[in-house]
Amino acid sequence: MPNVKSLEDLKRLKEEALKKRQAMSTSGRAQVVVAMGTCGIAAGARDTMKAILDQIEADQLSGIVVTQTGCMGKCEWEPIVEVAVGKEPKVAYGKITAERARQIMRDHVQGGKVVTEWVIPA
Amino acid sequence: MRELALHLLDIAENSVAAGANTVVVTVEEDSRADRLRLSVEDDGKGMDEEMAALVTDPFVTTRTTRKVGLGIPLLKAAAEACNGWLRLGSQVGKGTRLECEFQHSHIDRMPLGDVAGTMLALLVGAPQIHWVYRHRVNGDEFVFDDRPIKDELGELPLTEPEILSYIRETLEQGEANVQVPLTDTVPFIP
Repeated sequence: MPNVKSLEDLKRLKEEALKKRQAMSTSGRAQVVVAMGTCGIAAGARDTMKAILDQIEADQLSGIVVTQTGCMGKCEWEPIVEVAVGKEPKVAYGKITAERARQIMRDHVQGGKVVTEWVIPA
Repeated sequence: MRELALHLLDIAENSVAAGANTVVVTVEEDSRADRLRLSVEDDGKGMDEEMAALVTDPFVTTRTTRKVGLGIPLLKAAAEACNGWLRLGSQVGKGTRLECEFQHSHIDRMPLGDVAGTMLALLVGAPQIHWVYRHRVNGDEFVFDDRPIKDELGELPLTEPEILSYIRETLEQGEANVQVPLTDTVPFIP
């Protein structure tokens, strides 16, 4: 099959990624969690996740860990995304479309500013 | 859900919740036989017979003590509406295998959709699991096994931008290489 990338490519990319990661401080690291229960998926969580990953690629954001979780019991707020930057407390956002996810990546994850209008009220 | 790929994501999430170590996701398309088959197989904690019956048909049981989702019944209904079926086999402590089949050309069959996106979400979201994805189209096959990638990366997260690009492109290119020819996609209207 043509065009398929080799593990040699991966080795090279890994070295690049490791170098960048070592250069950055731990305070800039962030964790992003996307809820992926049936409710989340039906509400568009996969495209939300995809937008987050696209943003990491587009802006070459190092030190961000993106994971998933199941249904959080607040199905009406799906897709739900939780963001924790550095040592700050985590913030839960609701009804996060792909477009909103990109803004959260820019303003909160990169800029450190919580996007208050989409925070799920306590 | 409007894509089979979203159903695959939903079903595979059950495998994640079942504590699987390895999950194999398969898509098989055969245009001559006019069938499309999906399967998700895991080595998670499995279910007893009662539970297995419950998850495929939640509306005909009296049991209400367990939290059961609608994901599997939705997929079952979609398959049955397209001259297809859904089967679930499970054994406690061994794992679960869910398989379903559609008439490929059926007018009501959802498009397969973005399976590369589904696999990327699963790989990134549940990195503790060993993921294998196979997509067969007539004679061609794309196989993606994340083990060699993870062995190479060690502790480095999959979400570093360089690694993410590598995995995404591998999945997208692999998918692009196994597509059903357009001439085989004339819809069947019952």
